[in-house]
Parts: sequence; structure tokens; C-alpha cells
Amino acid sequence: MDLTGKKVTLHDMSLRDGMHAKQHQISTEQMVAIATGLDEAGIPLIEVTHGDGLGGSSLNYGFPAHSDEEYLQAVVPKMKNAKISALLLPGIGTVDHLKMANDYGVNTIRVATHCTEADVSEQHIGMAAKMGMDTVGFLMMAHMVTAEKLLEQAKLMESYGANCIYCTDSAGYMLPDEVTHKIGYLRAELNSTTELGFHGHHNMGMAIANSLAAVEAGANRIDGSVAGLGAGAGNTPLEVFVAVLDRMHAIHGTDLYKVMDVAEDLVVPLMDHPIRVDRNALTLGYAGVYSSFLLFAQRAEAKYGVQARDLLVELGKRGTVGGQEDMIEDLALTMSKEKGLI
Amino acid sequence: MSKKLKAVIIGPGNIGTDLLMKIKRSEWIEPVWMVGIDPESSGLKRAAEMGIKVSSTGLDGMLDKVIEDDIRIAFDATSAYVHAENSRKLNELGVVMIDLTPAAIGPFCIPPVNLKQHAEKLEMNVNMVTCGGQATIPMVAAVSQVQDVEYGEIIATVSSRSVGPGTRQNIDEFTRTTSGAVEKVGGAKKGKAIIIINPAEPPLMMRDTIHCLTKNTPDQERIIESVQNMVKEVQKYVPGYKLVNGPVFDGNKVSVFMEVKGLGDFLPEYAGNLDIMTAAGLRTAEMFAEEAYNQTITLPARG
Repeated sequence: MDLTGKKVTLHDMSLRDGMHAKQHQISTEQMVAIATGLDEAGIPLIEVTHGDGLGGSSLNYGFPAHSDEEYLQAVVPKMKNAKISALLLPGIGTVDHLKMANDYGVNTIRVATHCTEADVSEQHIGMAAKMGMDTVGFLMMAHMVTAEKLLEQAKLMESYGANCIYCTDSAGYMLPDEVTHKIGYLRAELNSTTELGFHGHHNMGMAIANSLAAVEAGANRIDGSVAGLGAGAGNTPLEVFVAVLDRMHAIHGTDLYKVMDVAEDLVVPLMDHPIRVDRNALTLGYAGVYSSFLLFAQRAEAKYGVQARDLLVELGKRGTVGGQEDMIEDLALTMSKEKGLI
Repeated sequence: MSKKLKAVIIGPGNIGTDLLMKIKRSEWIEPVWMVGIDPESSGLKRAAEMGIKVSSTGLDGMLDKVIEDDIRIAFDATSAYVHAENSRKLNELGVVMIDLTPAAIGPFCIPPVNLKQHAEKLEMNVNMVTCGGQATIPMVAAVSQVQDVEYGEIIATVSSRSVGPGTRQNIDEFTRTTSGAVEKVGGAKKGKAIIIINPAEPPLMMRDTIHCLTKNTPDQERIIESVQNMVKEVQKYVPGYKLVNGPVFDGNKVSVFMEVKGLGDFLPEYAGNLDIMTAAGLRTAEMFAEEAYNQTITLPARG
């Protein structure tokens, strides 16, 4: 694989996807410290706020330590070069959240839908583009559809005004060939001015390999997370990815040692549990289940005595999508009753 | 005098057609007109085949027949954008408007919670909130009728096939309208609504989760009883309304997990979200008819 001279825009997820792994309890101080460190290391784009995006604060997903506004207010003014991004899932957040984010100085808005439901994003993508934001269409659980279907949905988002489209491996299910095929197909068929991005999870141990495949196939934005802090087995560990890009002579514009230091000195110490491919995280990838289900399934196991792995496999069979966290307790109750445990 | 009130349905899409099929079975409402804007629409053709008068030139194409045909009830299943005009024109002629769009000009109506008070006051425009609202707000109300609810949150998961283009283009309406009604009708001090669209095949049945945070320690026994009674109330017009799990208590959090199976009149059974809307709309119209028949209310005079 030759990535020499390829330009890659790195996008850190530790302060948004990482919120899943922290049950949305990262403090504003921690966020500022990590974001500042990343800014100094040259990471150009940093996503913050609740793991489920703007408006994610809920009983269903968890109440965060601080509101969206408090996180944005704390982090945005501290950035010297880095831009701040925010995620918005239509059905959870609304255009009101989007306008608020714009008012707080958010540069990039990523409107996320399930990979078959892009048409719910029209009003949000349209509004963000109209406000002149860097507007990204984020197609989640992209492993569940063919490249043709993904393209159809990507074209919808492009037509609403998205200037960048993401192929999002929310379940960490994809293997490199699939990434190559899907990104390559999007690259060939979307407008040449539309940027492409890839968001990986490490549940099958493929996050680095997949991200490289994405770059080779034409993606220029790659999501990663310092120390991998993210849902499931985490995102593409950013410091590792930077080191690999360095060795491959790709252009990433960041300081490897500084990214390493943020990972080791700031992020690892705040982890509630080691972010690794453990039994349940591996099951997420293997069964194609949304990564943020991990801790919910583990809590359901503790409460109702049904194995998290069994729950996750069943959730995969039922074709659950991102956001269906409420299904986990419901299913655990049903399975627990069937087993005569409650 | 027949006890049945005559009705017009505006909007021959999935909701309008499903409604028509339900109204045909009603003892209280008689469907007379179906209004659309496309003469080629399959919904209008289907209505015509069922012996219903159709207008393919919008509401204006039948307004002069309202008095002649003694139309008393209108169901608007179009969009929030045109609803206000439809409502104004029909209210002027003394027609009660049941609003199935997210326009919400009139008060929210969740039949087992507040329908009776709307009917007794002869509200000329009542809004049926949203499918998610119809499925979940009775549960929030069941808890808030027992004790104060500080926060109510609902998560509605619906099959991709059952979500039409109108909802998709303005999904924010769903979250705003539903969360507003969780407060106003459900009785929660603060409300939140989340909608998830799932494309799984075969399509999944509509499912809903309701979480409430009570102000004080939940009175488990009374909440369980209240929830079970409310389920029975909803089952009177939506037989497939099912309590799957709960109430589950965790500190001050009360959680209820529901499934809504439709009658499968027009759309298949999985589309419980459409079914609960149309059934609630019809139930609302029927209550007006019953009250009029019992002379508790007097419909606007006609010469």
C-alpha cells in the first residue's frame, strides 16, 4: 500500500465517542485539557459533547456531567488552531441544537443517520450548509447495506448540502476489503469536490487497517481517538494511526510525540475501564452491533443475570440500529423471564 | 335522526386510507368524502371504489357540499403547512376538525387522558399529537396521576416502512410536538422525545419505552395499578397495545416497555404507529358523536 504524499485530516473522537466509554461523565476541565493538548499536537478537528451528540442528554443514553452548551463554551474559546465539531442525530437533536452549536462557534456539524434513513437529515444538513458550516453527512452502521445503497443515501445527503460524506463503521464490523470497496465506490460516484471520511471502531481489531484502506480508496478525513477512547473497543487509536501514517509518508500535520503524550498522560488516566477488545466488545464487531450498546449490555447482565454476549448477539439478529439502547433492558427483562431468573 | 356524524377525510395517503377503513366499521361516524389533490392518486381511487365521494381538487372542491351533505367531522391527514387553512374553512362551516398533522393549532388530545374534557367543551379543533405521543403519553399520565413526575422521556422506535415522507422531511416536528405533549398532557414537568427509525426486514413492530423520574420515591403498587388500568383504556381502541415489560423501578426512575401492534387495516400489523394515530383520531370523533347524541354538547346550528 502506498500512501506517500496523501493528505489526511485527522478528527479526534475521544471527547465525543469517548463519552460513551465514560458514561458521558468527562468534566469540562478534562475536556479543555485534552482538547488543548490535541490542539497543540496539531490535530485539526476535535469533536465534543454527549456521546449521542447534541441533545443526547437523556435517561435513555445517560445524563452528561455538563450540558452541550457548557462543554462548547469551555472548549471552543481555548482552541488556537483546532476547529470544534459536533454530532447531531435527527430524532434526538433538532435544528435548534444546531443553531445553538453554530452560535457557540462550532465549525463542523456532522448530521448522523442510520445508513438507510438519510432523508431524515434534509432539514438539518440544509440548515447547517445555509449557515455556512462545514457540513458532514454521517451514514452510520454502514456495514448493513451494499455499496450501491450507501451511495444512494450519500447522494441524498450531498443533495441537501453536505460537503463531506462519512462511511461509518459504528459496529466495528467491517474488514478492510469492505472499506476499500465502499469508499472506492463513493469516491468514484460522488462529486469530486465532496470529501469522504471514515469512522472506525476497533471491535474486530481492524480500526487501523480499515482507516488505511479508507485513505487508499480516497477518504481524506479519518476519525480516531487518542488512546482509542470511544465506544466498544474504542475508535481508531489516534497516536497509533499517526505513527503508521508517519512511517507511510502520508501527510497528517500532527506531532506524533505530543499526541502520544496526550494519550498516555491525559486520556488513559481518566478511563473507567481499559478500552480493549474484550469478550463483549469483540461480540459487538462480530455480531454487527452498535458500539455504544456495550456498557448497557454489561449493566443489564449485572442486573438481570443474562449474559451481555447473548444480549448483543440477539440485538444483532434483530437488526437493531444506533440509538436503540432502550431495547437492551427490554430484551434483558424478556430473556431473564424466559430463563425463570425473575 | 341517525346517531352517526358524517365526516370528510382530507389526505388520501396511508393515514387517510387507514382511517377510512376504520371509520367504515364505526357505529358513530360515517365517512362521506375523501379529499386529495391528485386525481391519479391510488388513495382517491381506492376511496371511490369503496363508494366514497372524492374531490381531487383539494378541500375547495367540496366545500359547497359540507352543508348539503351535513358534514360534521373532518379528519386532516395532510401536513402542518396546509392544516391551518383547512381548519379555518371547515370550522367556519361548523365542522369539528380532528388534526392528525403536527400543526397543533388546537389542544393536544390523547383519548384516555383528556378527550372527554375536549368533547364536553366542544373544542372545534383538536390535535392528535404524534404516533409516538399517542403510544406513550398515556403511560406518562398513568404515572403522573399517581404522583408528581419531574421528567418524562419517551423513545419511539418505528419501522422504516411505516414512516412517510412528511414525517421524514420534518422529523423535528415529531420531537418537539411529542415532548411538548409529554408535559402538557402527560403531566411531566419536563418532557423529552426521541424517535428511532429502524429498517430491519421483516419490519419491526412499533415499540416504545417510557421513562419517568418521580419527584418522590415511587409508590410502586399504585403506579403498577395505574399503568395496567391505562393499558386497558388504550386497548379499547387499539387492541394491540401491549405492555411488554415493566413498570421497572430504579430509584426514582419508572420505566415501561410497550409494543403496539396495528389492526392491519391498510398497512400491515407492524405499523402500530399509524394504527394508533388513526384509531385515536376515530375514537376522538366518536366521543364527539356520542356527546352530541346524548345532548351533552350541541353541535353548531345549521339552517
